[in-house]
Amino acid sequence: MNTQISKITGLIVLTMALLIGCGKSSDSEKDSTDSEEEKQELTDFEMTNGIGPVDEEITIEEIDTELAKEGMRVFDMKCGACHKLDKRYVGPPLGGVMNARTPAYVMNMILNPEEMLKKHPVAKSVGSEYPTRMTNQQLTREKARAVVEYLAQESQ
Amino acid sequence: MNKLLKKSLLWPLAAVAAIGFLSVGCSSNGEFGSSSDAAEKVYVAPGEHDEFYGFFSGGYNGQLGVYGLPSGRHIYTIPVFSQTPTNGYGYSEETKSMLQTTDGFVPWGDAHHPELSQTDGETDGRWVFMNENNTPRVARVGLDEFKTQEIIEIPNSAGNHASSFVTPNTEYVSAATRFSIPMDEKNMENMDVSIDSYKENFKGTISFIKVSDKGKMNIDFQIMMPGFNYDLSHAGKGPSHGWSFFTSYNSEEANTMLEINASRNDKDYIAAINWEKAAEYAKQGKGKMMPGKHYRNYIDHEEGGVAKSEVIEKVRVLDPRKLEGIVYFLPTPKSPHGVDVDPTGQYIAAGGKLSTVIPVHSFAKMEEAIENKDFEGKEQGIPVLNYDSILHGEVENPGLGPLHTEFDGKGYAYTTAFISSEIVKWDIETAEVVDRIDVYYSPGHLMIPGGDSQNPDGKYLVALNKITKDRYLPTGPEMFHSAQLIDISGDKMKLLLDFPTEGEPHYAQAITADKVKERQKRFYEIDDNNHPRATKSEKEARVERDGNEVHVYMTTIRSHFAPDNIEGIKVGDEVYFHVTNLEQDWDVPHGFAVKGANTSELLIMPGETLTLKWEPKKPGVVPFYCTDFCSALHQEMQGYVRVSPENSDTPISYGTGE
Repeated sequence: MNTQISKITGLIVLTMALLIGCGKSSDSEKDSTDSEEEKQELTDFEMTNGIGPVDEEITIEEIDTELAKEGMRVFDMKCGACHKLDKRYVGPPLGGVMNARTPAYVMNMILNPEEMLKKHPVAKSVGSEYPTRMTNQQLTREKARAVVEYLAQESQ
Repeated sequence: MNKLLKKSLLWPLAAVAAIGFLSVGCSSNGEFGSSSDAAEKVYVAPGEHDEFYGFFSGGYNGQLGVYGLPSGRHIYTIPVFSQTPTNGYGYSEETKSMLQTTDGFVPWGDAHHPELSQTDGETDGRWVFMNENNTPRVARVGLDEFKTQEIIEIPNSAGNHASSFVTPNTEYVSAATRFSIPMDEKNMENMDVSIDSYKENFKGTISFIKVSDKGKMNIDFQIMMPGFNYDLSHAGKGPSHGWSFFTSYNSEEANTMLEINASRNDKDYIAAINWEKAAEYAKQGKGKMMPGKHYRNYIDHEEGGVAKSEVIEKVRVLDPRKLEGIVYFLPTPKSPHGVDVDPTGQYIAAGGKLSTVIPVHSFAKMEEAIENKDFEGKEQGIPVLNYDSILHGEVENPGLGPLHTEFDGKGYAYTTAFISSEIVKWDIETAEVVDRIDVYYSPGHLMIPGGDSQNPDGKYLVALNKITKDRYLPTGPEMFHSAQLIDISGDKMKLLLDFPTEGEPHYAQAITADKVKERQKRFYEIDDNNHPRATKSEKEARVERDGNEVHVYMTTIRSHFAPDNIEGIKVGDEVYFHVTNLEQDWDVPHGFAVKGANTSELLIMPGETLTLKWEPKKPGVVPFYCTDFCSALHQEMQGYVRVSPENSDTPISYGTGE
C-alpha cells in the first residue's frame, strides 16, 4: 500500500512539476529575452537618444519662440497634470530636463513611454522612483517636438 | 485487507474518470452529438477575437447588448433608451436630453429590433438603428464609438413596433405603429372618443425616416393607414428595391379581447409599400403638412459632446386613397407576424402565427397582378391583390406557430416555430422543408449574420428563445432569455452553444468583426474637445460661483483630481462638476461619484468632458472619488468638498497638492 500511495503521490508531484514547469519556463524565457534585448540590442544611439520613433539626433541651437509657445500649450494640456517645471509632482520636475537629456530622448519618452520604461535603463531607474507610471498621451511627433522646444527654452 | 482497501480507494477514481470520458460522447437535452466538436467550434482562445459582433436588443431594459460570436461572450452593453448608471447615460447633463420626448423626460424604453446600416444591400458597419415600442422612437447608435448618437421620436404613432428596418442603401429607416388610435384626420390629434368607436375613428401610420450621409434622421413622410395593428417589416432588395413590406393583424379592427377577436379572419394583410414612389410624391409636395410634434435629440463629440434637442412641429402625411400606387394589400394567412424578403429580393415570406403553412409571395407575380389590376377588392380604399395570383408557394408542415425567417444566401430559409420550439430549414425555390432542429424553448426571432441583407454570412444561426427553464442554474422565478448558436454551414443544422442574454432580445443582428473593428474610436483628442465647459489642462482647473450655481471645472488623470479640495459650497447650491478626463490612452476612463448625489456616477472616456449635477442637502465634508479602478493608486484617487450652511460666508477656495 505504501508503495502504491507513494506512486500516486509521485505522479501528482510530477504532474504539478510539469504544470508549474511550463508556466515558469515561458516566463523566464520572456524575461531572458527582455534582458538580452536590453543588453544586446540597445545601441549607443538608443542609450543617448532613447528607444522609439525618433531615430535620428535632434539638435536645438536657437530657440524657436513660436514653436516653444505651441509646446507650452501642449505641455499644459497633455503633460502638466503630472509634471511641474520646478518641483517633483506625480512625475519628475522638467524645468532643467534638457540639460540632462537629448531632445530625441525626451521625444521618445513622450511618444513611447511603455517601451522606454520597460527597456531603457535610465528611464527604468527614474521610473522606479515614482509610484505612478507615465502614460501615453498620444502626442503626434510634431507636438512632441514642440514640447521639447518649450522644455529647452525653460532649461536655459 | 490492506490490498482490498487499496483497491476500494482507487476504483472510484477510475470510475469517475471513465464516466467523464463517456459522458462527452452522450447526447441529451439537445447537445450536439459530440460535445468536443461543438466546443472546438465556439472556442475563442484567450486574447483572440470573435469572428462576428452580435447586436442583441435588450427588450424591456431599453439597451443594446453586444456579444461576440461564436463564443457567445457578452462584450458590452450600449445604453440607448434607458438611463444607465454604468456611465451616467441619461443622468449626466450632457446626455439627459437624449431621452426627451413630447411626453417629457422618458427614462426607459422597450427596445425591439436592432438593424445594421447597409450599403448596396450589405451591412456596412456604420450604425445600428433600434426602435422603441412604448414611447415611439428610433435610435441611431454609432459603431465608431459604440454610443447612441441620435434618437428621433415618431409622431402620430402609438407604439413603434414594425421598426427600425432599413432600405438597401439606408436611404430610409421605417417605423409603423403597432397600436392604432383615434386620430382626427384634419390635425392628426388623438381623440377623446369611446373606445368602441374603433372602426369609425382609429387609424395607423407608417413613417419613413430619411437618413443623411452623416446619419442625421428626419421624418420624410408618413402614410395614413387603416386602423390595423402593424407588426413587422422588411425592405425589398434587388428586383424589389423601392418597396417595403409590413405585416398587419387585427384587420378585424377589434378593440377588446384581441386574442379571440383579432383571430377571426382567415387572412390578414401584408402591406406592400412603394416607398420610392411615395418619396417622389413627397418631393413633389403631394400629401399634406400636418401637425406632428416630435423631438430629435442628438449628440456629436465633434460638436462638444453635449446632447441637443430640437422640436419639429409638422410632418408630411400621404393618403394612399388619394395617391395611387403607394400601398397594396397582400392577403396573408393568419395574423402574420414576421415578414422577410429573401436575399435575391424575389420572395416575401410571412410568419402566420396561427397558420399551418408559411405563405411565400412572389414579387414578380405581385408586380404583374398590380399591372393587370388583378384585385380581389378594396380595403378602406386600398387595393387588395388576389392571394392565388401572387403566391410563389406554401411551405407545408413548417412547425407550429411560424414567426420569423432569415436566409443563408445559399438558397435556404430558416423559420422559427414558436409553439413546437424548433427551427425549420426550407428550400426557397421548392418551398419544401429540408431539415429541422429542436431549440430550447419557444424561439421568437432568429438571426443569421447579414441574414436579412443581400449577402448573408450563412455560417451561424442564433435562435432567440423566449423560455429558458432548465438551461442554466435557476435564479428564482425569472431568468434571462436564452440564445442558442446553431451551425448552418452544412446540410444539417447542429446546435453548438447556449448563452444567456439580457432583458428580452426580440431581434438581433450580427456583422463580421472586420467591418467594425478598424473604425473604433479609441480616445477623444483632448485638443479637439469642444465641450463648452471642458478643462483642457490642470492649470485651468477652477471653481466658480454664479449666484447659487457653482461650476467646478475639474480634471482627472492617473491618479488624482484637480481640484481635490473644494470649500465654499453651501447647502442649497446647485453644484455642477464638469469633469474632463485628460487621459489619452485607450480604455482608461475615470469615474466620478460624490456622496449623496441623486443621479449616478459619471464614467468619463479619455479626452471627454461629462457633468454631474449635485445639490448638497447637509453641511459637512463630503468625499468624492474615482469609481473606475484606473491604476495601482486608484484608491488614492479621491477628494473632499466642504459644505457649509446656507447662510454661511465660507469663501470659494480650491486646490490640489498644496
